[in-house]
Amino acid sequence: MTRYILRRILQALLVLLVMSFVIYSLIGLMPGDPLDIMLASNPGATPEVVEHLRKLYGLDQPLMLRYLRWLQDALVGQFGYSRTHSLPVLSVLVPALIQTCKLMIISFIASVILAFILGILAALKPGGILDGVISLFAFAGISVPVFWLALMMILVFAVKLHWFPASGIATVGDGGFRDQALHLVMPVITLALASTGGFTRYVRASMIEVLRMDHVRTARAKGAAEWRVVLVHAFRNALIPVVTIMALSFGVLFNGALLTETMFAQPGMGKMIYDAILGNDFNLALTGLLFATVVTLLSNLVADLAYGWLDPRIALT
Amino acid sequence: MSATTATAVPRTEAAIGPWRLRWRRFRRHRAGMASLVVLLLLALFCLAAIPMQHVLGMDPDATDLLARFDPPSAEHWLGTDEAGRDELIRLMVGGQMSLLVGLLATAVGGIFGLVVGVFAGYFGGRVDALLMRFTDGMIALPLLPLLIVLGAVDLTKLGFSSEFARSGAAGFWRIVIIIAIVDWTAIARLVRAATLSIKERDFVRAARASGAGPLYVMPTHILPNVATPIIVAFTLTVGRVILFESVLSFLGFGIVPPTPSWGNMLNNAQELVTTAPALAVYPGLLIFVTVIAVNFLGDGLQHAFDPRSER
Repeated sequence: MTRYILRRILQALLVLLVMSFVIYSLIGLMPGDPLDIMLASNPGATPEVVEHLRKLYGLDQPLMLRYLRWLQDALVGQFGYSRTHSLPVLSVLVPALIQTCKLMIISFIASVILAFILGILAALKPGGILDGVISLFAFAGISVPVFWLALMMILVFAVKLHWFPASGIATVGDGGFRDQALHLVMPVITLALASTGGFTRYVRASMIEVLRMDHVRTARAKGAAEWRVVLVHAFRNALIPVVTIMALSFGVLFNGALLTETMFAQPGMGKMIYDAILGNDFNLALTGLLFATVVTLLSNLVADLAYGWLDPRIALT
Repeated sequence: MSATTATAVPRTEAAIGPWRLRWRRFRRHRAGMASLVVLLLLALFCLAAIPMQHVLGMDPDATDLLARFDPPSAEHWLGTDEAGRDELIRLMVGGQMSLLVGLLATAVGGIFGLVVGVFAGYFGGRVDALLMRFTDGMIALPLLPLLIVLGAVDLTKLGFSSEFARSGAAGFWRIVIIIAIVDWTAIARLVRAATLSIKERDFVRAARASGAGPLYVMPTHILPNVATPIIVAFTLTVGRVILFESVLSFLGFGIVPPTPSWGNMLNNAQELVTTAPALAVYPGLLIFVTVIAVNFLGDGLQHAFDPRSER
């Protein structure tokens, strides 16, 4: 087991290393040049000055060398300065990461609970009316474009009904707990709805399969109450595949978070990366993407480990 | 009850090929059939733009700044957008773009995934380990940020001329290719698993023993026998790709205006929600209906292809 974990961590680190190089090269292919904005604010710069700056920042070096120098700095936590924020990258990134984690974790918990309730209800009578309605809802959740769902939420609940604020994380001059919570309602619902659909389908499929098994029939035969059969005997076994898939989807949730944040103007990682790419803020975009990769890798790792821990029948090698 | 009917029944059963049987089972899947009809209607709707453009002379790009945000009228059935362009014809042409990107990117990425999966499954060993680590690495990536970076890549830095980089064709092919680059992993894994289970069957061993090389065995013996799960996976991929296209175009990294797509028609959606909410509803609703129909179609196909499936 320990060997397995160590090997998986090593693999993840290797993927991260390869990815850092890929992202580094891709960022270099984005329009513009780190010097462009610096020069735009200083029109008097002569070609000699430009050349000097180029040398100073190592931009005349080949890609591989620049990457290795960047890697050296990154390994000791030096990710450089964000140009658009005029701050060290990490002091922009950390608050954004916290904001995104808050949104993701609340939405994740909400959608998991909702998916369990809906999935179990649907599995009680496959092919019934309730199952049909829940399946339709689940398919809708998988198929809806998240940004458009956010837009429709804004249209209905902010523009028409005025129930919730359309954007931001707090009202200027207020910022109390209630105010912050109100600002989180719509982003959380949007993100949760988008992932509930897929989860519900997995819970349903897994429950239907387990409810057919012999130990469930035995439980019924010995006279256990139906709720006990469903919630104790079946549910615990149905959990195994479902938990894995949910943990795996935590990385996918990040895609939704990016869009939700952009739509509701929440200062999280997604919006930060998006703005950084649009604003040619190379260091910030690069570091943001790396952290996004780390989040995805971590959730995959946790999913694999959870699988082995929940189901001792699976031999991890 | 004569003996002739008793013998006739198995004969007709035997005469029905597997694809006829599958079609029969698919027809009984109500949601799948309804989706097929919806998708055909949507395709007709989008293609109707061609006669409307050439016979009636309607132009999706003709602006009329005196008629911005017009409500629906006899001339403009769904009204006009922020530049006074006819919303209906733009929805039709935009749909052609979105559907075409969906199909093309699925084909390109799917074929790549297919090749990776078959090679990994068939050869096993080192080839398998290498290809699957590569696939696992791709799966571990944050998709949307990666798509955005790929969408932001400056084509002139890759050696393309700046006229080409700004043209509509470049925007179209760019989005097809970047989506294909990130969305092939599911198919690769599926094909690998299916290949693994087929390649040790006796008929494949027999073919190999009689001297058939891998390039003959793979297309003639492996692929036809793994076709059904692949068809389902391709269908579901089309839905996902249409969603990716809409997101990228919406964020401004996809189909370049003035060419409409359902995604980029929502570019100004944030302002539209307050000024002209209907314009923010139509394109998104069409994406939603298309993708949900594609997903139900995939579900119906899965049901039709798997005799053991529930219900």
